[in-house]
Amino acid sequence: MITVSINGEPRQFPLAINIAALIEEMGLTGKRIALERNGEIAPRSSFATQQLADGDRLEIVVAVGGG
Amino acid sequence: MSNDKLIIAGKSYNSRLLVGTGKYKDFTETRAALDASGAEIVTVAIRRTNLGQNANEPNLLDAVPMSKFTYLPNTAGCYTADDAVRTLRLARELLDGHSLVKLEVLGDPQSLYPNVIETIAAAKTLVAEGFQVMVYTSDDPIVAKQLEDIGCVAVMPLASLIGSGMGILNPWNLQLIMDRVQVPVIVDAGVGTASDAAIAMELGCAGVLMNTAIAGAQNPVLMASAMKKATEAGREAFLAGRMPKKLYSASPSSPTAGIIGSVRS
Repeated sequence: MITVSINGEPRQFPLAINIAALIEEMGLTGKRIALERNGEIAPRSSFATQQLADGDRLEIVVAVGGG
Repeated sequence: MSNDKLIIAGKSYNSRLLVGTGKYKDFTETRAALDASGAEIVTVAIRRTNLGQNANEPNLLDAVPMSKFTYLPNTAGCYTADDAVRTLRLARELLDGHSLVKLEVLGDPQSLYPNVIETIAAAKTLVAEGFQVMVYTSDDPIVAKQLEDIGCVAVMPLASLIGSGMGILNPWNLQLIMDRVQVPVIVDAGVGTASDAAIAMELGCAGVLMNTAIAGAQNPVLMASAMKKATEAGREAFLAGRMPKKLYSASPSSPTAGIIGSVRS
């Protein structure tokens, strides 16, 4: 198992999961989101090729109402 | 007036009223207020997605489609240059490479006053990375000029504190900024009611940006309509050039000749 922080919450996943699989697991497939991995943008085009590693810190964001 | 456009980063807009999308009762009210305001540029915030959210939860992008509005993602809630830069990189990724952004780096949570040192640092990084930065700042004319020199595409001084509705507290500083800065100067924050928007425009500001003044009104949609008219009225008054203020008129509006005579001899 690996532990990944997603929006500040620790989550556990089996080894070798990539970002695309994580997005699917979280029910976010097809949603307009942006993802940062350890402080760097992970482009959508790279989701299928970026393997998550233990200790990764992810931020997943959306647009919301704001001033 | 149809040829009087607001030009930001080479793109022209018909409306000089920019509005936020926060604090509305629901997305239906948000959209109705945006439509009544006539705004083309609307600010949005970037926030962590709600993990485990309902897939059918209403979405801002459905109510306020990017095909109809120019999104201006902001960095509200950021207190450091680093957080602001990361937020806008995420926004650019989220919005398919969209580079027009609103930078705001706040100083403290009570006043929400801008931290200009962090703002300047963030602006340098963002401009270097190709962002078109509209920047929220204090009404300090020297800082405003520095932000223009860095390459910001619009300078947006506060009129009074964010969400305060206190109106334009220092019109003289806004004038000092407009005297020094070539890019559009847009009043951002502090507008409380329609006359505040009109005053900003009469001073010669290129536009006004507001959220709470509309969303916090008893009838937000009606206030959005009032703000549209006030912004347009203030702009027309500025372009028309007001009459000089005089202590005494000594210049009646009606003819002085041909007044009827007295019946008393």
